Amino acid sequence: MTDVRADTFDLGRRENERERVEAENRRLEQERKKIARDGPKLKGEKLASRLDATWRRPPGIIGWLASVDHKEIGRRYMLTALAFLVLGGVLALAMRVQLAQPDSALISAERYNQLFTMHGSTMMFLFAVPVMEGVAVYIIPLMVGTRSTAFPRLNAFSYFMYLFGGLMLWIAFALNIAPDMGWFAYTPLSGPQFSPGKRADVWAQMITFTEVSALAAAVVLVCTILKARAPGMTLSRMPLFAWAMLVQAVMIIFAMPAVALCSSMLISDRTLGTNFYNAAEHGDALLWQHLFWFFGHPEVYIIFIPATGFVSEITATFCRRPIFAHAVVVLALISTGILAFGLWVHHMFATGLPRVGYSFFTAASMSVSIPTGLQIFCWLATIWDGRPRFQVPMLYVVGFIITFVIGGLSGVMVAAVPLDLQLHDTYFVVAHFHYVLIGGAVFPLLAAFTYWYPKITGRMMDETLGKISFWLVFLGFHLTFFPMHWSGMLGMPRRVYTYPAGLGLEVPNLLSTVGAFVLAAALGLFVINGLISLYRGVIAGPNPWGAPTLEWLTSSPPPVYNFAHIPVVESDTPLWDSADGEYPVVTGLRVDQKETLLTTVVAAAPDTREPIPQASLWPFISAIAVGIVFVASIFSPWAVAVGVIPCFIALTAWFWPKELKRHPEPVIT
Amino acid sequence: MMPRSFARAAVLPLLLGGCAYQRYQSDFGAAGVEDRQFLTLFWIFLGVCAFMYALVIIFLGAGIARSRRAAEANVVETGRHHRSHPLMRSTLIGWAALIGVGLAGLAIASFFTDRSMAAAAANEKLSVTVTGNQWWWDIVYNSGDASKTLRTANELHLPVGVPTRIILNSADVIHSFWVPSLAGKQDLIPGRENDIIIVPKTIGMFRGQCAEFCGVQHAHMSLVVVVESYPDFVKWWSHQLQPAPMPTTPLAMAGYKYVTTGPCSACHSIGGTTAGGLVAPDLTHLASRRSLAAGTLPMNEGNLYGWVEDPQSLKPGVHMPTIGLEPDQLHAVVAYLETLK
Repeated sequence: MTDVRADTFDLGRRENERERVEAENRRLEQERKKIARDGPKLKGEKLASRLDATWRRPPGIIGWLASVDHKEIGRRYMLTALAFLVLGGVLALAMRVQLAQPDSALISAERYNQLFTMHGSTMMFLFAVPVMEGVAVYIIPLMVGTRSTAFPRLNAFSYFMYLFGGLMLWIAFALNIAPDMGWFAYTPLSGPQFSPGKRADVWAQMITFTEVSALAAAVVLVCTILKARAPGMTLSRMPLFAWAMLVQAVMIIFAMPAVALCSSMLISDRTLGTNFYNAAEHGDALLWQHLFWFFGHPEVYIIFIPATGFVSEITATFCRRPIFAHAVVVLALISTGILAFGLWVHHMFATGLPRVGYSFFTAASMSVSIPTGLQIFCWLATIWDGRPRFQVPMLYVVGFIITFVIGGLSGVMVAAVPLDLQLHDTYFVVAHFHYVLIGGAVFPLLAAFTYWYPKITGRMMDETLGKISFWLVFLGFHLTFFPMHWSGMLGMPRRVYTYPAGLGLEVPNLLSTVGAFVLAAALGLFVINGLISLYRGVIAGPNPWGAPTLEWLTSSPPPVYNFAHIPVVESDTPLWDSADGEYPVVTGLRVDQKETLLTTVVAAAPDTREPIPQASLWPFISAIAVGIVFVASIFSPWAVAVGVIPCFIALTAWFWPKELKRHPEPVIT
Repeated sequence: MMPRSFARAAVLPLLLGGCAYQRYQSDFGAAGVEDRQFLTLFWIFLGVCAFMYALVIIFLGAGIARSRRAAEANVVETGRHHRSHPLMRSTLIGWAALIGVGLAGLAIASFFTDRSMAAAAANEKLSVTVTGNQWWWDIVYNSGDASKTLRTANELHLPVGVPTRIILNSADVIHSFWVPSLAGKQDLIPGRENDIIIVPKTIGMFRGQCAEFCGVQHAHMSLVVVVESYPDFVKWWSHQLQPAPMPTTPLAMAGYKYVTTGPCSACHSIGGTTAGGLVAPDLTHLASRRSLAAGTLPMNEGNLYGWVEDPQSLKPGVHMPTIGLEPDQLHAVVAYLETLK
């Protein structure tokens, strides 16, 4: 037997290996030096054209579908959501026409029930949440000073899921299989026994689409806000809109699984014959309400909290000073986000739960007005101490405060059990939540559209038309919804397709109908202003309002790569505090590949360079594959089992690495 | 002329608000102990909320008025050296304290109202079981004595001043029992039993309505509530316990035969006859009631004709089918139903 010197053999191999690695490293070092980066040598026009070539997506319809540019996706989100706002608004007008007079027979009971179900579902799931996400997906990367959102392909996927869910619901409406059991679809009315046919399934799967979409967008936003902020933008310097979106996105991540669970259980009751909600088989009809409202109440804050972010940004800009007590506002946002998960039972005060529980949820519901009240104080103090200019966005902020506070106070009323037992499920509650959702979220949204319109389009919206439409929105809104407090007190339940004469309901209902048309005309004027200003608006510079945050540092509209150099932040109002000349920037990011800078979560110290994926069709194809599963599962539960296969293929292709060889600086291509 | 009458039409209800004219179905009805307690608490809340709202509006208005004077100075107060009014921070703390105290006060007021409602309801004297159905109310007056147990529908009689426990069930989906002039609402949930105790304080007629969306005809699921003196109530109960009288005219007799042997009896019951269906309203004293089809129509001969002939056109989606009676059958059925006083 020969004595094999394994150790020397190994040593030799190791020596060889070491040399080989060193040679490779030297080669990579050489190559790395050749990589083009932004910096003192590469700047201005030359840098811009290099970056543009790297970041621009392919042209044409394929490129459009494959785009992962957050600005493009954000624009699509906003426009789609506005289209759904118009559709939902038309349904509202139809309902108001029906209710203008007692015992009206213009619209049948069946159709009317579809109208309010579609109106609520469209406004909550297809307008309010997505439009906030749309604005955030567009603005947040600019505001925190980065070149892209985190996970841009997931972002594209989230938009397509949202679009398909919305289309499915509205195509079903056109085919007369729209849901008709109310936007919160209480079981057992929505169950197999009392809603035969496909109407309830369409609703439940629309929910599934928007859940997936909202969760994906929330993950994108959380990661962007926590990891992609410009260096120096510590958490304490982070703009309040970014804070609001961080809180909102985390809330989505906690709230959506509850509705995913309850809508899946509903689908399963309806198609597989389970009995989660069937009391006759030891299921429980109230289980639905607990799960739905565990999502549904936070949902209201998911809509409202981004709006407070708009208000904070706009108030600071137009009052020419930072928001009073920045830390208080941040803490208020966070505590609202936490408290929102502890109040769901106030939607169920009439269901006969134990009285001790009611007292707890009354106190919890009322306590949420403390952080909100503090935020309102901070805005008022900012106005008091600042030098406000009352241009259109600021007018909406003032209109917001006047209107939202009424909704907040009527919310305190319905939080009290003895009051809620009378007011619950009446027009008083309809008035309350429209004050909170339109006054509290749509007014700030209109402000935000006017405020960021020049950033997105490069032109200003017309100020005169804007002021006219503001006053019409404000008056039309109050004319529509204030009388509803009154009709509710006079005993008008919600969701009735008609009401008898002689109960005193004629006048408030007629006023509401007139107001609804004024409000619709005002919103129409707002949209027309947006369209006209696209061509005729005054050209806006990078920072037409003199705002302090980073999105106003880059050109309007921003280039596809957002910033030629990533900015460095040294205060909480960076654009106000920088001297007039050069703004401090980070250099050294690659320009031959899409790349951005990641920073640490709290201190925003530079952490690593992050490659950004190229445009890809796979998110779109995955969305189609998943969409087919969701739609087909309305008709057969087997669709889930079979449909997993195309989803798996599409997702595998999405994540397939194209380049496996060693690279000086690995990038995903 | 025109504008003036319009103005009057608009202003009068505003002024009257919760007064007599809207007692029938209104939170302002104040015809029951619970609704009176509700109203007291409501005015307390409204007062506190109006005060807080006034503070917000004054602060906003003062801020706008103050700032306008300084508007010409287009100076930015930047992050590093912005100043607030020295009192602003303590005002913020004061504001937080004010909200806290206000809310605590309201929560305590709400808590005590809730408990006093429960206390007022403690000694019930009468028990009624109401079962919600798509889209009508089944009503059973419970009694220890089975011969005194009374089943009726869509019209609830209550003795004034007597605490009455209303036990709430549902035969199908979730409904909500709500007579705003008397008390707040309570849900009827399949598989669960809720209750609500009502202490009516005013003699009169009131309207209740289902308050939880329950399907196509949710809007036409209402209820007449008659609050009467105790002797009147006892008289009514003993009358309702009587079986239906045998008809005396030939036409009504023909109707009796059709109703008790035809399709009607599969769903409806009539005391003292063979009609014993339990899935639709009891008809024993139908003609003594004030409304038809759960408050959809007032009770009169014309409406009875219309309803029996074609319920689907008067309350589309209702579970009562349009049978297609021949004219002579229709006359006979209506004549018989009119004897069910």
